[in-house]
Amino acid sequence: MAEMLYQRDIYGQTLVELGRKNPKIVVLDADLSGSTRTALFAKEFPERFFNFGVAEQNMMATAAGLASCHKVVFASTFAVFATGRAWDQVRNSIGYNNFDIKIVASHAGLTVGPDGSSHQALEDITLMRVIPNIKIIVPCDGPQTHDAVIAAASTEGPFYIRLGRPKVATIENKGEFKLGQAQVLTTGEDITIVACGIMVQAAIEAAKNLLTRGIKAGVINIHTIRPLDTDAILKHARRSRGLVVCEEHTVIGGLASSINEVVAENCPTKVVRVGIKNRFGQSGEPADLLKEYNLTSADIEKAALGIIA
Amino acid sequence: MQYTGTQIKELEAKAKQIRRFIIQMLAKAGSGHPGGSLSATDLITVLYFGNILRHNPKNTDWPDRDRFHMSKGHCCPLWYAVLAESGYFPVDQLWTLRQLGSLLQGHPDRRTPGIDVASGSLGQGISVGVGMSLAAKIDQKDYRIYVLIGDGETQEGNIWEAAMAASHYKCDNLCGILDYNGFQIDGRVKDIMNVEPVIGKWQAFGWHVIEIDGHNIGEILSAYQEAKTVKGKPSIIIAHTIKGKGVSFMENVVDFHGRAPTKEEAEKALKELE
Repeated sequence: MAEMLYQRDIYGQTLVELGRKNPKIVVLDADLSGSTRTALFAKEFPERFFNFGVAEQNMMATAAGLASCHKVVFASTFAVFATGRAWDQVRNSIGYNNFDIKIVASHAGLTVGPDGSSHQALEDITLMRVIPNIKIIVPCDGPQTHDAVIAAASTEGPFYIRLGRPKVATIENKGEFKLGQAQVLTTGEDITIVACGIMVQAAIEAAKNLLTRGIKAGVINIHTIRPLDTDAILKHARRSRGLVVCEEHTVIGGLASSINEVVAENCPTKVVRVGIKNRFGQSGEPADLLKEYNLTSADIEKAALGIIA
Repeated sequence: MQYTGTQIKELEAKAKQIRRFIIQMLAKAGSGHPGGSLSATDLITVLYFGNILRHNPKNTDWPDRDRFHMSKGHCCPLWYAVLAESGYFPVDQLWTLRQLGSLLQGHPDRRTPGIDVASGSLGQGISVGVGMSLAAKIDQKDYRIYVLIGDGETQEGNIWEAAMAASHYKCDNLCGILDYNGFQIDGRVKDIMNVEPVIGKWQAFGWHVIEIDGHNIGEILSAYQEAKTVKGKPSIIIAHTIKGKGVSFMENVVDFHGRAPTKEEAEKALKELE
Protein backbone atom coordinates (compact mmCIF):
# COMPACT_ATOMS: atom_id res chain seq x y z
CA MET A 1 0.00 0.00 0.00
CA ALA A 2 1.38 3.36 -1.00
CA GLU A 3 2.15 5.96 1.61
CA MET A 4 -0.64 8.53 1.98
CA LEU A 5 0.37 12.12 2.74
CA TYR A 6 -1.17 15.53 2.96
CA GLN A 7 0.64 17.82 0.51
CA ARG A 8 -0.09 20.65 2.94
CA ASP A 9 1.78 18.90 5.74
CA ILE A 10 4.79 18.57 3.49
CA TYR A 11 4.47 22.23 2.51
CA GLY A 12 4.48 23.42 6.13
CA GLN A 13 7.41 21.19 7.02
CA THR A 14 9.36 22.33 3.98
CA LEU A 15 8.78 25.97 4.91
CA VAL A 16 10.32 25.32 8.32
CA GLU A 17 13.27 23.62 6.64
CA LEU A 18 13.70 26.62 4.33
CA GLY A 19 13.23 29.10 7.17
CA ARG A 20 16.13 27.56 9.06
CA LYS A 21 18.46 27.87 6.08
CA ASN A 22 17.38 31.18 4.63
CA PRO A 23 16.64 34.23 6.80
CA LYS A 24 15.13 36.00 3.79
CA ILE A 25 12.10 33.66 3.77
CA VAL A 26 8.92 35.40 4.93
CA VAL A 27 5.54 33.65 5.05
CA LEU A 28 2.09 35.22 4.74
CA ASP A 29 -1.37 33.77 5.20
CA ALA A 30 -4.94 35.02 5.21
CA ASP A 31 -6.62 33.33 8.17
CA LEU A 32 -6.08 29.80 6.89
CA SER A 33 -2.69 29.04 8.39
CA GLY A 34 -4.02 25.94 10.13
CA SER A 35 -5.38 24.56 6.87
CA THR A 36 -2.48 25.54 4.64
CA ARG A 37 -0.01 24.49 7.38
CA THR A 38 1.90 27.77 7.28
CA ALA A 39 1.16 27.69 11.02
CA LEU A 40 4.14 25.34 11.32
CA PHE A 41 6.41 28.13 10.07
CA ALA A 42 4.60 30.71 12.22
CA LYS A 43 5.34 28.68 15.34
CA GLU A 44 9.04 28.40 14.56
CA PHE A 45 9.60 31.88 13.10
CA PRO A 46 6.92 34.23 14.47
CA GLU A 47 8.95 37.32 13.50
CA ARG A 48 8.86 36.27 9.84
CA PHE A 49 5.22 35.24 9.64
CA PHE A 50 2.33 37.64 9.06
CA ASN A 51 -1.35 36.80 9.14
CA PHE A 52 -3.53 39.27 7.23
CA GLY A 53 -6.87 37.99 8.33
CA VAL A 54 -9.57 37.51 5.71
CA ALA A 55 -7.99 39.96 3.25
CA GLU A 56 -6.31 38.14 0.37
CA GLN A 57 -5.92 41.21 -1.84
CA ASN A 58 -3.98 43.03 0.85
CA MET A 59 -1.84 39.95 1.45
CA MET A 60 -0.80 39.72 -2.21
CA ALA A 61 0.01 43.42 -2.59
CA THR A 62 1.87 43.41 0.73
CA ALA A 63 3.92 40.48 -0.57
CA ALA A 64 5.07 42.82 -3.35
CA GLY A 65 6.27 45.41 -0.84
CA LEU A 66 8.24 42.76 1.06
CA ALA A 67 9.72 41.34 -2.14
CA SER A 68 10.82 44.83 -3.22
CA CYS A 69 13.01 44.74 -0.09
CA HIS A 70 14.57 41.44 -1.22
CA LYS A 71 12.52 39.08 0.90
CA VAL A 72 11.60 35.68 -0.53
CA VAL A 73 7.88 35.64 0.15
CA PHE A 74 5.56 32.64 0.42
CA ALA A 75 1.88 33.63 0.41
CA SER A 76 -0.75 31.02 1.12
CA THR A 77 -4.49 30.62 1.27
CA PHE A 78 -7.03 28.46 -0.54
CA ALA A 79 -6.51 28.31 -4.30
CA VAL A 80 -9.88 29.86 -5.09
CA PHE A 81 -9.05 33.01 -3.10
CA ALA A 82 -5.36 33.22 -4.00
CA THR A 83 -6.04 33.22 -7.71
CA GLY A 84 -9.59 34.55 -8.00
CA ARG A 85 -10.21 37.00 -5.19
CA ALA A 86 -6.75 38.56 -5.47
CA TRP A 87 -6.19 38.16 -9.22
CA ASP A 88 -5.59 41.84 -9.96
CA GLN A 89 -3.06 42.11 -7.13
CA VAL A 90 -1.33 38.96 -8.38
CA ARG A 91 -1.29 40.32 -11.93
CA ASN A 92 -0.16 43.86 -11.25
CA SER A 93 1.80 43.70 -8.01
CA ILE A 94 3.36 40.23 -8.34
CA GLY A 95 3.45 39.07 -11.97
CA TYR A 96 4.16 42.40 -13.62
CA ASN A 97 6.87 43.30 -11.11
CA ASN A 98 8.34 39.80 -11.58
CA PHE A 99 8.90 39.63 -7.83
CA ASP A 100 10.30 36.72 -5.87
CA ILE A 101 6.93 35.66 -4.48
CA LYS A 102 5.71 32.09 -4.24
CA ILE A 103 1.95 31.68 -4.06
CA VAL A 104 1.35 28.25 -2.60
CA ALA A 105 -2.36 27.53 -2.51
CA SER A 106 -4.10 24.56 -1.00
CA HIS A 107 -7.62 23.15 -1.37
CA ALA A 108 -7.53 23.26 -5.16
CA GLY A 109 -9.93 21.24 -7.26
CA LEU A 110 -13.09 19.25 -6.63
CA THR A 111 -11.53 17.17 -3.86
CA VAL A 112 -12.12 20.00 -1.41
CA GLY A 113 -15.31 17.96 -1.13
CA PRO A 114 -18.27 18.90 1.10
CA ASP A 115 -17.53 22.66 1.18
CA GLY A 116 -18.77 22.76 -2.39
CA SER A 117 -18.46 25.09 -5.32
CA SER A 118 -17.47 28.36 -3.65
CA HIS A 119 -14.35 26.69 -2.27
CA GLN A 120 -13.44 24.46 -5.21
CA ALA A 121 -10.90 26.20 -7.45
CA LEU A 122 -11.42 24.68 -10.87
CA GLU A 123 -9.91 27.53 -12.89
CA ASP A 124 -6.88 28.58 -10.85
CA ILE A 125 -4.28 27.20 -13.28
CA THR A 126 -5.93 29.14 -16.09
CA LEU A 127 -5.99 32.34 -14.07
CA MET A 128 -2.28 32.06 -13.30
CA ARG A 129 -1.30 30.90 -16.79
CA VAL A 130 -2.60 34.06 -18.44
CA ILE A 131 -0.24 36.18 -16.33
CA PRO A 132 3.28 36.34 -17.80
CA ASN A 133 6.32 35.51 -15.59
CA ILE A 134 4.53 33.20 -13.15
CA LYS A 135 5.86 29.63 -13.15
CA ILE A 136 3.23 27.02 -12.32
CA ILE A 137 3.75 23.70 -10.55
CA VAL A 138 1.10 21.09 -9.75
CA PRO A 139 2.83 18.45 -7.60
CA CYS A 140 1.34 14.98 -7.82
CA ASP A 141 2.02 13.84 -4.25
CA GLY A 142 3.65 14.64 -0.92
CA PRO A 143 7.32 14.17 -1.78
CA GLN A 144 6.89 16.11 -5.02
CA THR A 145 5.39 18.96 -2.99
CA HIS A 146 8.66 19.15 -1.10
CA ASP A 147 10.66 19.20 -4.33
CA ALA A 148 8.41 21.86 -5.85
CA VAL A 149 8.65 24.18 -2.86
CA ILE A 150 12.43 23.80 -2.71
CA ALA A 151 12.69 24.48 -6.45
CA ALA A 152 10.50 27.59 -6.14
CA ALA A 153 12.54 28.92 -3.22
CA SER A 154 15.78 28.54 -5.14
CA THR A 155 14.51 29.95 -8.44
CA GLU A 156 14.06 33.70 -8.55
CA GLY A 157 10.68 35.02 -9.66
CA PRO A 158 7.00 34.42 -9.05
CA PHE A 159 5.53 30.92 -8.72
CA TYR A 160 2.11 29.38 -8.30
CA ILE A 161 2.09 25.98 -6.61
CA ARG A 162 -1.23 24.12 -6.49
CA LEU A 163 -1.95 21.75 -3.62
CA GLY A 164 -5.01 19.71 -2.70
CA ARG A 165 -6.91 19.17 0.51
CA PRO A 166 -7.00 15.35 1.01
CA LYS A 167 -4.18 12.90 1.52
CA VAL A 168 -2.68 11.59 -1.69
CA ALA A 169 -0.83 8.37 -2.43
CA THR A 170 2.89 8.71 -2.99
CA ILE A 171 3.87 7.67 -6.48
CA GLU A 172 6.97 5.50 -6.53
CA ASN A 173 9.85 5.62 -8.98
CA LYS A 174 9.13 9.01 -10.49
CA GLY A 175 12.78 9.84 -10.84
CA GLU A 176 14.32 13.16 -9.97
CA PHE A 177 12.21 16.32 -9.93
CA LYS A 178 13.48 18.97 -12.28
CA LEU A 179 11.57 22.19 -12.76
CA GLY A 180 10.07 22.24 -16.24
CA GLN A 181 10.94 18.64 -17.01
CA ALA A 182 8.20 16.08 -17.59
CA GLN A 183 8.43 12.74 -15.81
CA VAL A 184 7.76 9.65 -17.90
CA LEU A 185 6.25 7.18 -15.46
CA THR A 186 5.39 4.33 -17.79
CA THR A 187 6.35 3.83 -21.37
CA GLY A 188 3.99 2.65 -24.08
CA GLU A 189 3.58 3.84 -27.61
CA ASP A 190 -0.03 3.08 -28.40
CA ILE A 191 -1.37 6.03 -26.51
CA THR A 192 0.02 8.74 -24.20
CA ILE A 193 -1.72 9.78 -21.02
CA VAL A 194 -0.62 13.20 -19.79
CA ALA A 195 -1.63 14.21 -16.27
CA CYS A 196 -0.94 16.53 -13.36
CA GLY A 197 -1.77 16.54 -9.65
CA ILE A 198 -4.02 13.79 -8.32
CA MET A 199 -4.83 12.68 -11.86
CA VAL A 200 -1.36 11.16 -12.19
CA GLN A 201 -2.36 8.29 -9.90
CA ALA A 202 -5.55 7.75 -11.91
CA ALA A 203 -3.52 7.79 -15.12
CA ILE A 204 -1.18 5.08 -13.82
CA GLU A 205 -4.17 2.88 -12.91
CA ALA A 206 -5.73 3.48 -16.30
CA ALA A 207 -2.49 2.48 -18.02
CA LYS A 208 -2.38 -0.77 -16.01
CA ASN A 209 -5.94 -1.62 -17.00
CA LEU A 210 -5.32 -0.75 -20.63
CA LEU A 211 -2.36 -3.14 -20.62
CA THR A 212 -4.71 -6.03 -19.73
CA ARG A 213 -6.46 -5.24 -23.01
CA GLY A 214 -3.14 -5.30 -24.81
CA ILE A 215 -2.89 -1.53 -25.13
CA LYS A 216 0.44 0.03 -24.16
CA ALA A 217 -0.05 3.45 -22.68
CA GLY A 218 2.71 5.84 -21.72
CA VAL A 219 2.05 8.03 -18.68
CA ILE A 220 3.65 11.45 -18.34
CA ASN A 221 3.50 13.61 -15.24
CA ILE A 222 3.52 17.25 -16.23
CA HIS A 223 4.19 18.69 -12.78
CA THR A 224 5.38 21.98 -14.25
CA ILE A 225 2.74 23.63 -16.40
CA ARG A 226 4.98 26.62 -17.01
CA PRO A 227 7.63 26.38 -18.31
CA LEU A 228 6.08 23.47 -20.21
CA ASP A 229 8.27 20.60 -21.37
CA THR A 230 7.24 20.92 -25.00
CA ASP A 231 9.97 18.56 -26.23
CA ALA A 232 8.64 15.67 -24.15
CA ILE A 233 5.08 16.37 -25.22
CA LEU A 234 5.93 16.53 -28.90
CA LYS A 235 8.08 13.40 -28.72
CA HIS A 236 5.18 11.41 -27.31
CA ALA A 237 2.61 13.05 -29.54
CA ARG A 238 4.65 12.01 -32.58
CA ARG A 239 5.13 8.40 -31.62
CA SER A 240 1.73 7.49 -30.13
CA ARG A 241 -1.73 7.53 -31.69
CA GLY A 242 -3.05 10.30 -29.53
CA LEU A 243 -3.03 11.99 -26.15
CA VAL A 244 -5.40 11.83 -23.19
CA VAL A 245 -4.87 14.87 -20.98
CA CYS A 246 -6.11 14.63 -17.40
CA GLU A 247 -6.52 17.38 -14.82
CA GLU A 248 -8.69 18.06 -11.78
CA HIS A 249 -9.46 21.45 -13.28
CA THR A 250 -11.48 23.00 -16.06
CA VAL A 251 -10.48 21.86 -19.53
CA ILE A 252 -10.41 25.54 -20.48
CA GLY A 253 -7.02 27.17 -20.12
CA GLY A 254 -5.17 24.68 -17.94
CA LEU A 255 -3.06 21.63 -18.71
CA ALA A 256 -5.22 20.42 -21.61
CA SER A 257 -5.14 23.82 -23.26
CA SER A 258 -1.37 24.03 -22.78
CA ILE A 259 -0.90 20.66 -24.46
CA ASN A 260 -3.36 21.45 -27.24
CA GLU A 261 -1.58 24.69 -28.08
CA VAL A 262 1.76 22.94 -28.46
CA VAL A 263 0.41 19.96 -30.37
CA ALA A 264 -1.84 21.96 -32.70
CA GLU A 265 1.04 24.19 -33.76
CA ASN A 266 3.66 21.46 -34.18
CA CYS A 267 2.15 18.05 -34.85
CA PRO A 268 -1.64 17.95 -34.87
CA THR A 269 -2.91 14.72 -33.37
CA LYS A 270 -5.96 13.49 -31.52
CA VAL A 271 -6.25 14.93 -28.00
CA VAL A 272 -9.03 13.94 -25.60
CA ARG A 273 -9.48 16.00 -22.46
CA VAL A 274 -10.40 14.44 -19.14
CA GLY A 275 -11.23 17.40 -16.96
CA ILE A 276 -14.12 19.53 -15.80
CA LYS A 277 -16.31 20.48 -18.72
CA ASN A 278 -17.48 24.02 -18.10
CA ARG A 279 -19.32 23.24 -14.87
CA PHE A 280 -19.14 24.54 -11.32
CA GLY A 281 -18.38 22.08 -8.55
CA GLN A 282 -20.72 21.00 -5.75
CA SER A 283 -20.73 19.37 -2.33
CA GLY A 284 -19.92 15.71 -1.98
CA GLU A 285 -17.23 13.29 -0.90
CA PRO A 286 -14.10 13.59 -3.06
CA ALA A 287 -14.41 10.08 -4.54
CA ASP A 288 -18.08 10.66 -5.44
CA LEU A 289 -17.26 14.02 -7.00
CA LEU A 290 -14.48 12.55 -9.13
CA LYS A 291 -17.01 9.99 -10.44
CA GLU A 292 -19.71 12.60 -11.02
CA TYR A 293 -17.32 14.79 -13.02
CA ASN A 294 -15.80 11.86 -14.98
CA LEU A 295 -12.33 12.13 -13.50
CA THR A 296 -11.67 8.47 -12.64
CA SER A 297 -9.23 5.98 -14.11
CA ALA A 298 -12.20 4.38 -15.88
CA ASP A 299 -12.89 7.71 -17.61
CA ILE A 300 -9.27 7.88 -18.73
CA GLU A 301 -9.45 4.35 -20.09
CA LYS A 302 -12.59 5.17 -21.98
CA ALA A 303 -10.95 8.24 -23.50
CA ALA A 304 -7.92 6.20 -24.52
CA LEU A 305 -10.05 3.49 -26.10
CA GLY A 306 -11.93 6.16 -28.00
CA ILE A 307 -8.70 7.25 -29.65
CA ILE A 308 -7.51 3.70 -30.41
CA ALA A 309 -10.85 2.60 -31.88
CA MET B 1 12.15 71.99 13.25
CA GLN B 2 11.93 75.53 11.95
CA TYR B 3 12.39 76.37 8.30
CA THR B 4 13.74 79.63 6.99
CA GLY B 5 11.93 81.78 4.50
CA THR B 6 14.70 81.09 2.01
CA GLN B 7 14.25 77.33 2.27
CA ILE B 8 10.53 77.68 1.69
CA LYS B 9 11.07 80.01 -1.27
CA GLU B 10 13.52 77.53 -2.79
CA LEU B 11 11.01 74.72 -2.46
CA GLU B 12 8.29 76.88 -4.01
CA ALA B 13 10.57 77.58 -6.94
CA LYS B 14 11.37 73.89 -7.25
CA ALA B 15 7.66 73.01 -7.24
CA LYS B 16 7.11 75.51 -10.04
CA GLN B 17 9.85 73.85 -12.06
CA ILE B 18 8.28 70.42 -11.46
CA ARG B 19 4.90 71.76 -12.61
CA ARG B 20 6.54 73.10 -15.77
CA PHE B 21 8.01 69.67 -16.48
CA ILE B 22 4.59 68.04 -15.94
CA ILE B 23 2.93 70.38 -18.45
CA GLN B 24 5.73 69.96 -20.99
CA MET B 25 5.79 66.16 -20.66
CA LEU B 26 2.05 65.78 -21.01
CA ALA B 27 1.79 68.16 -23.95
CA LYS B 28 4.56 66.24 -25.72
CA ALA B 29 3.01 62.85 -24.87
CA GLY B 30 -0.45 63.99 -25.94
CA SER B 31 -2.15 62.02 -23.18
CA GLY B 32 -1.92 61.56 -19.43
CA HIS B 33 -3.20 63.00 -16.17
CA PRO B 34 -2.34 66.62 -15.32
CA GLY B 35 -4.95 67.36 -12.62
CA GLY B 36 -3.75 64.99 -9.91
CA SER B 37 -0.10 65.45 -10.85
CA LEU B 38 -0.39 69.19 -10.21
CA SER B 39 -2.42 68.82 -7.02
CA ALA B 40 0.24 66.60 -5.41
CA THR B 41 3.25 68.52 -6.72
CA ASP B 42 3.98 70.50 -3.56
CA LEU B 43 3.65 67.40 -1.36
CA ILE B 44 6.10 65.33 -3.39
CA THR B 45 8.48 68.18 -4.17
CA VAL B 46 8.89 68.81 -0.44
CA LEU B 47 9.37 65.08 0.18
CA TYR B 48 12.23 64.79 -2.33
CA PHE B 49 13.84 68.23 -2.05
CA GLY B 50 12.99 69.31 1.51
CA ASN B 51 15.44 66.92 3.20
CA ILE B 52 12.65 64.56 4.16
CA LEU B 53 13.26 61.51 1.97
CA ARG B 54 16.60 59.78 2.62
CA HIS B 55 17.69 58.66 -0.82
CA ASN B 56 20.60 58.53 -3.21
CA PRO B 57 19.89 58.79 -6.93
CA LYS B 58 23.27 57.16 -7.65
CA ASN B 59 22.46 54.11 -5.51
CA THR B 60 18.87 53.17 -6.22
CA ASP B 61 19.07 49.86 -4.32
CA TRP B 62 20.64 51.34 -1.17
CA PRO B 63 19.12 49.10 1.54
CA ASP B 64 18.77 51.96 4.05
CA ARG B 65 17.00 54.36 1.71
CA ASP B 66 13.56 55.67 2.55
CA ARG B 67 10.92 54.38 0.14
CA PHE B 68 8.39 56.42 -1.77
CA HIS B 69 5.55 54.69 -3.60
CA MET B 70 2.94 56.41 -5.74
CA SER B 71 -0.20 54.36 -5.35
CA LYS B 72 -2.21 56.79 -7.50
CA GLY B 73 -0.04 55.74 -10.40
CA HIS B 74 -1.72 57.85 -13.05
CA CYS B 75 0.03 60.89 -11.54
CA CYS B 76 3.44 59.51 -12.51
CA PRO B 77 4.36 62.58 -14.60
CA LEU B 78 4.89 64.22 -11.22
CA TRP B 79 7.03 61.32 -10.01
CA TYR B 80 9.07 61.27 -13.23
CA ALA B 81 9.69 65.01 -13.05
CA VAL B 82 10.86 64.74 -9.43
CA LEU B 83 13.10 61.75 -10.21
CA ALA B 84 14.68 63.49 -13.20
CA GLU B 85 15.23 66.68 -11.22
CA SER B 86 16.83 64.58 -8.46
CA GLY B 87 19.24 63.03 -10.96
CA TYR B 88 17.88 59.48 -11.27
CA PHE B 89 17.95 59.86 -15.07
CA PRO B 90 18.54 62.70 -17.53
CA VAL B 91 15.81 65.30 -17.89
CA ASP B 92 15.76 64.56 -21.64
CA GLN B 93 14.08 61.25 -20.86
CA LEU B 94 10.98 63.15 -19.74
CA TRP B 95 10.14 63.90 -23.35
CA THR B 96 9.77 60.18 -24.11
CA LEU B 97 6.83 59.74 -21.72
CA ARG B 98 4.34 57.13 -22.95
CA GLN B 99 6.32 56.34 -26.10
CA LEU B 100 7.08 52.79 -27.22
CA GLY B 101 10.23 51.56 -25.49
CA SER B 102 10.40 54.51 -23.09
CA LEU B 103 11.74 54.25 -19.55
CA LEU B 104 8.69 56.27 -18.63
CA GLN B 105 5.57 54.16 -19.01
CA GLY B 106 2.05 55.55 -18.82
CA HIS B 107 1.87 54.25 -15.26
CA PRO B 108 4.79 53.62 -12.87
CA ASP B 109 7.05 50.72 -13.71
CA ARG B 110 10.20 49.17 -12.26
CA ARG B 111 12.17 49.90 -15.43
CA THR B 112 12.36 53.53 -14.29
CA PRO B 113 15.34 54.26 -12.02
CA GLY B 114 14.01 55.21 -8.59
CA ILE B 115 10.81 53.19 -8.83
CA ASP B 116 10.69 50.02 -6.72
CA VAL B 117 7.18 48.74 -7.40
CA ALA B 118 4.80 49.30 -10.31
CA SER B 119 1.38 50.80 -9.79
CA GLY B 120 -1.60 51.89 -11.81
CA SER B 121 -4.33 49.54 -10.67
CA LEU B 122 -5.60 51.62 -7.76
CA GLY B 123 -5.83 50.64 -4.13
CA GLN B 124 -2.70 48.52 -3.74
CA GLY B 125 -0.11 51.06 -2.62
CA ILE B 126 -0.78 51.12 1.11
CA SER B 127 -0.36 47.34 1.04
CA VAL B 128 2.95 47.76 -0.76
CA GLY B 129 3.96 50.23 1.94
CA VAL B 130 2.97 47.77 4.66
CA GLY B 131 5.21 45.15 3.02
CA MET B 132 8.14 47.59 2.98
CA SER B 133 7.40 48.50 6.57
CA LEU B 134 7.39 44.87 7.72
CA ALA B 135 10.65 44.24 5.84
CA ALA B 136 12.25 47.16 7.72
CA LYS B 137 11.06 45.75 11.02
CA ILE B 138 12.42 42.25 10.24
CA ASP B 139 15.77 43.75 9.22
CA GLN B 140 15.74 46.24 12.11
CA LYS B 141 16.31 49.11 9.72
CA ASP B 142 15.19 52.65 10.40
CA TYR B 143 14.12 53.68 6.92
CA ARG B 144 10.71 55.24 6.43
CA ILE B 145 8.06 54.57 3.81
CA TYR B 146 5.90 57.20 2.16
CA VAL B 147 2.87 56.30 0.04
CA LEU B 148 0.84 58.80 -1.97
CA ILE B 149 -2.82 57.91 -2.49
CA GLY B 150 -5.72 59.73 -4.08
CA ASP B 151 -9.06 60.56 -2.52
CA GLY B 152 -11.07 58.75 -5.18
CA GLU B 153 -8.67 55.84 -4.72
CA THR B 154 -9.87 55.35 -1.15
CA GLN B 155 -13.09 53.97 -2.63
CA GLU B 156 -11.08 50.78 -3.28
CA GLY B 157 -11.62 48.14 -0.60
CA ASN B 158 -7.96 47.11 -0.68
CA ILE B 159 -7.04 50.50 0.82
CA TRP B 160 -8.97 49.70 3.98
CA GLU B 161 -7.68 46.13 4.20
CA ALA B 162 -4.21 47.67 4.15
CA ALA B 163 -5.14 50.46 6.56
CA MET B 164 -6.28 47.81 9.04
CA ALA B 165 -3.07 45.80 8.60
CA ALA B 166 -0.78 48.85 8.97
CA SER B 167 -2.40 49.65 12.27
CA HIS B 168 -2.47 46.01 13.42
CA TYR B 169 1.25 45.64 12.77
CA LYS B 170 2.02 49.09 14.25
CA CYS B 171 3.69 50.32 11.09
CA ASP B 172 4.97 53.59 12.56
CA ASN B 173 7.60 53.80 9.82
CA LEU B 174 4.79 54.21 7.30
CA CYS B 175 3.43 57.62 6.33
CA GLY B 176 0.47 57.87 3.98
CA ILE B 177 -0.13 61.05 2.00
CA LEU B 178 -3.70 61.62 0.88
CA ASP B 179 -4.01 64.08 -1.99
CA TYR B 180 -7.49 65.29 -1.14
CA ASN B 181 -8.32 67.32 -4.24
CA GLY B 182 -12.00 66.42 -4.22
CA PHE B 183 -12.22 65.21 -7.81
CA GLN B 184 -12.13 61.93 -9.63
CA ILE B 185 -12.47 61.14 -13.31
CA ASP B 186 -16.29 61.12 -13.35
CA GLY B 187 -16.74 64.25 -11.25
CA ARG B 188 -16.65 65.46 -7.67
CA VAL B 189 -15.75 62.72 -5.18
CA LYS B 190 -18.66 63.70 -2.94
CA ASP B 191 -21.07 63.21 -5.85
CA ILE B 192 -19.60 60.02 -7.29
CA MET B 193 -18.98 58.14 -4.03
CA ASN B 194 -18.58 60.18 -0.91
CA VAL B 195 -15.49 59.26 1.11
CA GLU B 196 -16.29 61.48 4.11
CA PRO B 197 -15.73 61.51 7.00
CA VAL B 198 -12.13 61.09 5.88
CA ILE B 199 -10.40 62.01 9.11
CA GLY B 200 -12.75 59.91 11.22
CA LYS B 201 -12.23 56.90 8.97
CA TRP B 202 -8.43 56.94 9.24
CA GLN B 203 -8.57 57.60 12.96
CA ALA B 204 -11.01 54.74 13.40
CA PHE B 205 -8.58 52.49 11.56
CA GLY B 206 -5.92 53.40 14.10
CA TRP B 207 -3.88 55.97 12.17
CA HIS B 208 -2.39 59.21 13.42
CA VAL B 209 -3.97 61.89 11.24
CA ILE B 210 -2.29 65.18 10.29
CA GLU B 211 -4.53 67.58 8.37
CA ILE B 212 -2.85 70.29 6.31
CA ASP B 213 -3.12 72.65 3.37
CA GLY B 214 -1.33 70.57 0.74
CA HIS B 215 0.01 73.66 -1.02
CA ASN B 216 1.55 75.31 2.05
CA ILE B 217 5.23 74.34 2.01
CA GLY B 218 5.73 75.09 5.70
CA GLU B 219 2.74 72.97 6.70
CA ILE B 220 3.93 70.11 4.48
CA LEU B 221 7.41 70.18 6.02
CA SER B 222 5.98 70.21 9.54
CA ALA B 223 3.61 67.36 8.75
CA TYR B 224 6.43 65.09 7.56
CA GLN B 225 8.40 65.96 10.71
CA GLU B 226 5.42 65.28 12.96
CA ALA B 227 4.82 61.89 11.30
CA LYS B 228 8.41 60.88 12.09
CA THR B 229 7.80 61.37 15.80
CA VAL B 230 4.69 59.18 15.98
CA LYS B 231 5.33 55.78 17.58
CA GLY B 232 3.22 52.64 17.58
CA LYS B 233 0.91 53.58 14.72
CA PRO B 234 1.08 54.67 11.09
CA SER B 235 0.52 58.30 10.15
CA ILE B 236 -1.44 59.82 7.32
CA ILE B 237 -1.21 63.37 6.07
CA ILE B 238 -4.61 64.46 4.83
CA ALA B 239 -3.61 67.21 2.44
CA HIS B 240 -6.33 69.50 1.15
CA THR B 241 -5.32 70.34 -2.40
CA ILE B 242 -6.64 71.86 -5.57
CA LYS B 243 -6.84 69.66 -8.63
CA GLY B 244 -4.77 71.23 -11.43
CA LYS B 245 -3.08 73.58 -8.92
CA GLY B 246 -0.88 76.27 -10.48
CA VAL B 247 -2.60 76.55 -13.83
CA SER B 248 -5.69 78.76 -13.57
CA PHE B 249 -7.73 77.12 -16.30
CA MET B 250 -7.00 73.62 -15.00
CA GLU B 251 -7.84 74.29 -11.37
CA ASN B 252 -10.89 72.32 -10.23
CA VAL B 253 -11.71 71.42 -13.83
CA VAL B 254 -12.57 67.74 -13.95
CA ASP B 255 -11.79 67.51 -17.66
CA PHE B 256 -8.10 67.84 -16.82
CA HIS B 257 -8.13 64.72 -14.63
CA GLY B 258 -7.17 62.64 -17.60
CA ARG B 259 -6.63 64.96 -20.57
CA ALA B 260 -3.28 66.33 -21.64
CA PRO B 261 -3.07 70.04 -22.52
CA THR B 262 -2.98 70.96 -26.19
CA LYS B 263 0.07 72.83 -27.51
CA GLU B 264 -1.73 76.15 -27.05
CA GLU B 265 -2.95 75.26 -23.57
CA ALA B 266 0.55 74.16 -22.62
CA GLU B 267 2.03 77.47 -23.77
CA LYS B 268 -0.56 79.35 -21.77
CA ALA B 269 0.08 77.18 -18.72
CA LEU B 270 3.85 77.63 -18.93
CA LYS B 271 3.39 81.41 -19.03
CA GLU B 272 1.49 81.18 -15.76
CA LEU B 273 4.29 79.06 -14.31
CA GLU B 274 7.13 81.44 -15.21
